[in-house]
Amino acid sequence: MSNSAMLLAQAGAEVAKVSTGEAISFWILAPLALGGALGMIFARNAVHSAMFLVLTMLSLGVMYMVQQAPFLGFVQIIVYTGAIMMLFLFVLMLVGRDSSDSVVEVLRGQRVWAAILGIGLAGLLVTGVAEALTSVRPVGLAEQNAGGANVANIGRSVFTDYLFPFELTSALLITAALGAMVLGYTDKSKRRTQRETADARFRGEHDRPSPLPGPGVYATANSVAVPALLPDGSIAPESVSAIIEATASRELATDIETVAGAIPGPDAHALKPAAAKEGDK
Amino acid sequence: MTPTYYLLLSALLFTIGAVGVLVRRNAIVVFMCVELMLNAVNLTLVTFARINGSLDGQVMAFFVMVVAAAEVVVGLAIIMSIFRTRRTASVDDANLLKY
Repeated sequence: MSNSAMLLAQAGAEVAKVSTGEAISFWILAPLALGGALGMIFARNAVHSAMFLVLTMLSLGVMYMVQQAPFLGFVQIIVYTGAIMMLFLFVLMLVGRDSSDSVVEVLRGQRVWAAILGIGLAGLLVTGVAEALTSVRPVGLAEQNAGGANVANIGRSVFTDYLFPFELTSALLITAALGAMVLGYTDKSKRRTQRETADARFRGEHDRPSPLPGPGVYATANSVAVPALLPDGSIAPESVSAIIEATASRELATDIETVAGAIPGPDAHALKPAAAKEGDK
Repeated sequence: MTPTYYLLLSALLFTIGAVGVLVRRNAIVVFMCVELMLNAVNLTLVTFARINGSLDGQVMAFFVMVVAAAEVVVGLAIIMSIFRTRRTASVDDANLLKY
């Protein structure tokens, strides 16, 4: 009894072995997929993350083909790596490539806990699957895929057994398309006229009725870094753009000192001797 | 090597995706991690279809892809509209419900 059981188990182990070619492709593709996934998590730049994910998805697509699912393999490559990842890249470019992750942890110790939980989940899943499915004998899909009938059989299955879910997906897709249109819609038809904008300004909808003073107005220099002077001689802080506000103060120190009067401005007569020399020549 | 190895690989990919969702702060990268988890489940479905000798798993994976496509379209539209109002794609900054 036990002997025959052992024989059966041995036979199962024999059958469970896949061909050498598949083993080789698996040992090439699996590290690629894992490396892509890890790269996606650890890449600082979101575009690099997307490219790593493309690598993972391509390896998975080839794995589908190896595993007797040629149709899904092609759909994976065309739909996922082709369409969906391009959509991701498109949105990344719209949002701005530089919007990289903040390093600040909002919840304290979140990364550490995420890593611990991840290792725990991986351990549970891997040991569970490895324990439960070691002696499983795969039936294989040679019968269903005979003569390249994979697509035909999937199609038959979709339009007979899974007809209602298939109809539901059409409703889902229409809803998704409508949702994307509603979310992405901005009303550009109601643009204000100049008259309406001016009225709104004086009604107090804007911070000030007049435009901001330009830099260098009434000032002794016309550099963009020089703030405009108000009629009473004081500085108008709104006239300098926020970018200049953010520049290091030492780069603007001389300009500021000039405006403040600490350094005497350029003397109109200072050029005279040079001009005279030019004339002498 | 047995087909179980594919299941182990997909378990690892799923875990990496889950950790990525927890760790990353950029909403688009979080979304990509969700896609990775869906892909890992698809690999499981395809492997089980092969183990059981039935195409049902492949049909299921096909449906998962359709749902994932719809989800990506709506999700990216939501990210775009959040970005348009808040000028950020970070999940930490979209905390309007918090206060």
